[in-house]
Amino acid sequence: MPLSTQSQSDVDQYILIASLDNARNLSNILKAISFKDHAIFNATQNGLKVTVEDSKCLQANAFIQADIFQEYIIKEDAVGFQVNLTVLLDCLTIFGGSTVPGVCTALRMCYNGYGYPLTLFLEEGGVVTVCKINTQEPEEPIDFDFCSTNVTNKVILQSDSLKEAFSELDMTSEVLQITMSPSHPYFRLSTFGNSGNAHYDYPKDSDMMELFQCTKIQTNRYKMSLLKPSTKALALSCKVSVRTDSRGFLSLQYLVRNDDGQICFVEYYCCPDEEVEEE
Amino acid sequence: MDCVATGANVKVLAKAIHSLSRIGEELYLEPVDDGLALRSVNSSRSAFASFQLSPLFFQRYQAPTDQSFRCKMPIKSVQAVFKSLSSLERSVEKCRIQLNSEKSRLTITLHCKHGLLKTHNLSFQDCESLQAVFDKESCTNVLQAQPRLMVDTVLHFPPSLEEVNLSVSSDRVWLRNHVEDDADSSRAMMTELCLSSEEFDHFAISSQTSITFCLKELRGLLGFAESSCLPISMYFDEPGSPVILNVTDSVLEANFVLATLSEDSHSKNHVNSDTKRPDAEQPPDDFMSDDMDSFLIAMETSELPGPSHVPTSPPQPINNRKHSASDDEDEEALAERPPNKKFCSLFFGSVLPTPSLTNQTIQSQEVLASDSEDENQTETS
Repeated sequence: MPLSTQSQSDVDQYILIASLDNARNLSNILKAISFKDHAIFNATQNGLKVTVEDSKCLQANAFIQADIFQEYIIKEDAVGFQVNLTVLLDCLTIFGGSTVPGVCTALRMCYNGYGYPLTLFLEEGGVVTVCKINTQEPEEPIDFDFCSTNVTNKVILQSDSLKEAFSELDMTSEVLQITMSPSHPYFRLSTFGNSGNAHYDYPKDSDMMELFQCTKIQTNRYKMSLLKPSTKALALSCKVSVRTDSRGFLSLQYLVRNDDGQICFVEYYCCPDEEVEEE
Repeated sequence: MDCVATGANVKVLAKAIHSLSRIGEELYLEPVDDGLALRSVNSSRSAFASFQLSPLFFQRYQAPTDQSFRCKMPIKSVQAVFKSLSSLERSVEKCRIQLNSEKSRLTITLHCKHGLLKTHNLSFQDCESLQAVFDKESCTNVLQAQPRLMVDTVLHFPPSLEEVNLSVSSDRVWLRNHVEDDADSSRAMMTELCLSSEEFDHFAISSQTSITFCLKELRGLLGFAESSCLPISMYFDEPGSPVILNVTDSVLEANFVLATLSEDSHSKNHVNSDTKRPDAEQPPDDFMSDDMDSFLIAMETSELPGPSHVPTSPPQPINNRKHSASDDEDEEALAERPPNKKFCSLFFGSVLPTPSLTNQTIQSQEVLASDSEDENQTETS
């Protein structure tokens, strides 16, 4: 165990230590938001929040609560840094990501503080690898100012049905249009592609619909290219909540169960593409 | 037009479309009284496929009010509607196809489990009727086999193999990969399979013969037949005549018509026989300019007679020719439709440089001079 090779003084230097018996519980969820190279890490007493942004229009956050970790020590109120997410994922899966049951990579992630690299100790089958990844000054994540009080429409769906729809979406369409309404069509995903348009309608009384709270009809369009990465999170999840606020901003929240059945969350925020006349 | 397919037939419909996608880039949709025809043809006009679905295939079938409606659309767009066959099977309960002629849209609605509704509005183009005229009954050789036999047989050939040769004798069938003459035959890998007549459900060979056709296009039908577990019938004559593969059940009929290589690619061979000359087809389909050493199906899609078309009643003269046929005679007119409806003839083999639209030319093959408006003429050797 890497811990035994460290002296007490080393441990004292770290302001953040997070350990997992199964590194996949971190790597899988990070893959769901890995559409850009850089990620902002923000660790608090509650756990780890990792943020990835794209062109100021899209933001994805992965939340791994403190109790997911076998060991979680944080010596400051908040610890923040930025790392190359691609490199981090490569390190987390450095042993090849074998899916043989019982064999997994153990992780100990340590951070000394500002200016220091992020140190990963990874162990599998008695082999230990130490990775040090340079960190950068964390950028401030965009605040989409999405609060529950502004939410006009909200649905919670079982992911399976959405997965099918997303896998069939016409990629020649530049936008994905989402219509939410207290009356027909209730919840509709639409594409406008080269061969024509397509609509996927989910009625409010469908048994895939766990919650349906729509106050008024809203139709918003979002760039398909921005939403495409969210399908990774969708694939991992078992439930998804779709919310729009009065400005047409979209919030997608995914409930993900990790290998050990513990719950983590991934959320995506997206700006609407253009003003659409409400029907 | 409004038709509804339910249950397992949705998957059959999807498979038919996937099969047709192996033939051509466009799907021709032709609702007719006796059902719905889905067709495709390849760019070189050497393969044609048609699925005819009877009204009984559908839970509800309503033909369009406009009898002459035909349309075509890129087959990829339709395939996208039926993308995942496994999810179709699992979750689609009903498929509804409706025509919205004002907006030129074909609406395909899939009613799925859990109340999910998928609606696809596809744009289409009006088009000519795509119809190949062929007569299975007049073919001298007929084989019928379970799809499993055919699938297992073609498994031995590499997926890249273009052409396959089928030879029959009185009690055996050989399948070989076809190697171009100019290829170095000592280097090519030759595969040969021999099947006894007992392997076939039906084996009626009137004369020893050997035909070569495109395997890739056949695979499209095999996939369909295998999933539907329907036997495949093959109708063929001598080289140069098309091979017709047919799969039929009570509510649908699929015909794949593939051109075969003629043994002598020189057209003089065909001059002697009463063979085909291409009737005029619509200008865009100028097959005449194709390199046609046999291996081509000349398709005629004659709409209402235009200036370049002579309104003919082709069935009659062609039938006459049939009776006076020489060995290579093959194409028949399947006079199922009255002449004033779209009549199309399918000609196989080398296309003679005597394009003419009149009956007279049909009868006198020796006349090589063209009096038609077809722009190109292939050379006779």
